[in-house]
Amino acid sequence: MTTKVMEGTHAISHAVTLSRARVIAAYPITPSSGVVELLSEMCADGRLDARFVAVESEHSALATCAGASQTGLRAFTATSSHGLAYMHEMLHWCAGARLPIVLADVNRAMGSPWNIFADQSDSLSQRDTGWIQYYCENNQEVLDTIIQAFRVAEQVLMPAMVCLDAFFLSHTSEPVAIPDQKLVDAFLPPFAPPYALAPDDPRAFGGLPSGDGYMELRARMERSMQDAVGAAETAAREYAEMFGRHHPILEEYRTEGAALLLVTSGTIAGTARAVVDARREAGEQVGMVKIRLFRPFPFAAIRAALGGAKKLAVVDRNLSFGHGGIMASEIRSALCNQPSAPIVFSYIAGLGGRDVTPAVIDDVVSATQAVERPESDTLWVGLKE
Amino acid sequence: MQQVQFAIPEDEILAPGHLGCAGCGATLAMRLALKALGRQTILVIPACCWSIIDGMSPYSAAGVPVMHTPFASAAAAASGIRAALDLKGDTETTVCAWAGDGGTFDIGIQALSAAAERNEDIIYICYDNEAYMNTGVQRSSATPLGAWTTTTPAAHLKDNPKKDLLAIMAAHRIPYVATATVAYPDDLLAKVARAKRTRGTRFIHLLSPCPPGWKIPSDQSIHQSRLAVQSRVFPLVEVEHGETWTLSLDPEPVPIEDYLRAQGRFRHLMDDAAAIERVRAGVEARWRSIVARTQLNG
Repeated sequence: MTTKVMEGTHAISHAVTLSRARVIAAYPITPSSGVVELLSEMCADGRLDARFVAVESEHSALATCAGASQTGLRAFTATSSHGLAYMHEMLHWCAGARLPIVLADVNRAMGSPWNIFADQSDSLSQRDTGWIQYYCENNQEVLDTIIQAFRVAEQVLMPAMVCLDAFFLSHTSEPVAIPDQKLVDAFLPPFAPPYALAPDDPRAFGGLPSGDGYMELRARMERSMQDAVGAAETAAREYAEMFGRHHPILEEYRTEGAALLLVTSGTIAGTARAVVDARREAGEQVGMVKIRLFRPFPFAAIRAALGGAKKLAVVDRNLSFGHGGIMASEIRSALCNQPSAPIVFSYIAGLGGRDVTPAVIDDVVSATQAVERPESDTLWVGLKE
Repeated sequence: MQQVQFAIPEDEILAPGHLGCAGCGATLAMRLALKALGRQTILVIPACCWSIIDGMSPYSAAGVPVMHTPFASAAAAASGIRAALDLKGDTETTVCAWAGDGGTFDIGIQALSAAAERNEDIIYICYDNEAYMNTGVQRSSATPLGAWTTTTPAAHLKDNPKKDLLAIMAAHRIPYVATATVAYPDDLLAKVARAKRTRGTRFIHLLSPCPPGWKIPSDQSIHQSRLAVQSRVFPLVEVEHGETWTLSLDPEPVPIEDYLRAQGRFRHLMDDAAAIERVRAGVEARWRSIVARTQLNG
């Protein structure tokens, strides 16, 4: 194992190389371009035995990955924001075709107006496409999660998306431990799909199902997504045993006896840790829960971790127009019909890369403590109007 | 001009039981093309009539592996299959994208152009029935001037000429571009076989009559294909590396009215002499430019 200081984009490239992806197709978009720049270099100089296909659009990037995956090879792409939106049709297709492609999405705001900074609305608006979704807090977690994502995706035959915040991770250098190739090979076996395009076994993939088959195929996908919860838990645990780093699918940080739980994801979780530490030092019962696996949504873990608190302060760097914070709404749905449910305060913060500082999170904690119930279903933090 | 002689293989790869309409040019084209492509072929089929014609899962008429893929993505998906086969050490299997005119001239042209620019080692065959037939005869950019479709109604027939995809693909300077129709099966097979022998991006434009869309009897597809060639509406050519143009056939020309008259989609044109003249002028100008290109060859 070696440790190198690297940006989040390059942590992805190293993870893809360690995962021995064979076909990489991509189209550049800020701030994800660094991922494929380094991968194209690695393919060219032989560090990675793979084909790099420089396509003309994100739609084609995912279609090229689909062709490679349908032929039985491990495929990867990276994108961001509008690039992910442009893939929308292919996202659905790859999930339906049960192609366990891994995609790194650098979470960036959607236009209009143009904005290249951190915002999870790009990947969260793809939540219903059938992709496993992970959200990462730091560059080490990014590298580790890419490797785990390949394993989980290939076990359940559903594609996986690994999301990280624009610039806060993609362009921030942090020390990242690069695991030994032999250990990664032991953790991630070669991709061996049950079916592939092969002239000696001619099959048609993706044609119209006869009769009533479509709904049953959807039910099977849903069962596989449910299986992915356990597969992701196992992958996280075994990865910890082999590499010494545990990234639970839902992380509880200093939650023992907490009356108020901050719930968040991505880099905001790192900031929230510091606020929890300060509040705990002041003797307050405040903890934090980090959502790492968002799809499949870990209902059981969510209920176990959050059900006992009095109040939840969910901080969303995303927004569903006309509804509110997306993670908050998912948490409300998970707590519905439970014997005791905490009061959910839904905060919108940091859209379009606006900084979410410890002071911002601290204000969120104070505001949640100050009242019995939220004044409205959605609470905006740091609006300058 | 060259005389084409090609023995048609007896192996019937396309199975009966496909869902093609009676007289479908695209189905006959597939039957012929597969004879030249052989069984060591993988087809990529984007949204088009052939998404249906191949049959309902778990059945498939093609006889070779098929990857169905969204509308705009045939050339990109084919590129991914090619990359994967190469990495597996299989450089012999032919990867063939098989797309309609909508998936080629319109929504798929971006991915096609990019694959051609990268000179991907794939064959791309466009079976051109000159409109969105699978969705009910809406105009595409392959629809000819003066044709009726459901979105170019009688009161406003298509008033733009057909996009010149032959020239567009030739301009990519890929190793091989050709046109063919089911009316000349030996020529069609020889071209597909030549495409199969060639490496890099190969593009074949197949005119494929659609009886319901063209409003012709289902026994007229081959005859109309032949008239398209003879009236110079659809010249049979080969282009190597964008530079060497060869006419496959220099037919004794027949009047363009003979081609137009038999097709219900041109019915509204027939009593408009000026419109027919405009069609004729376009066809003749394109023919002259193709002949001129053949004469530029070293």
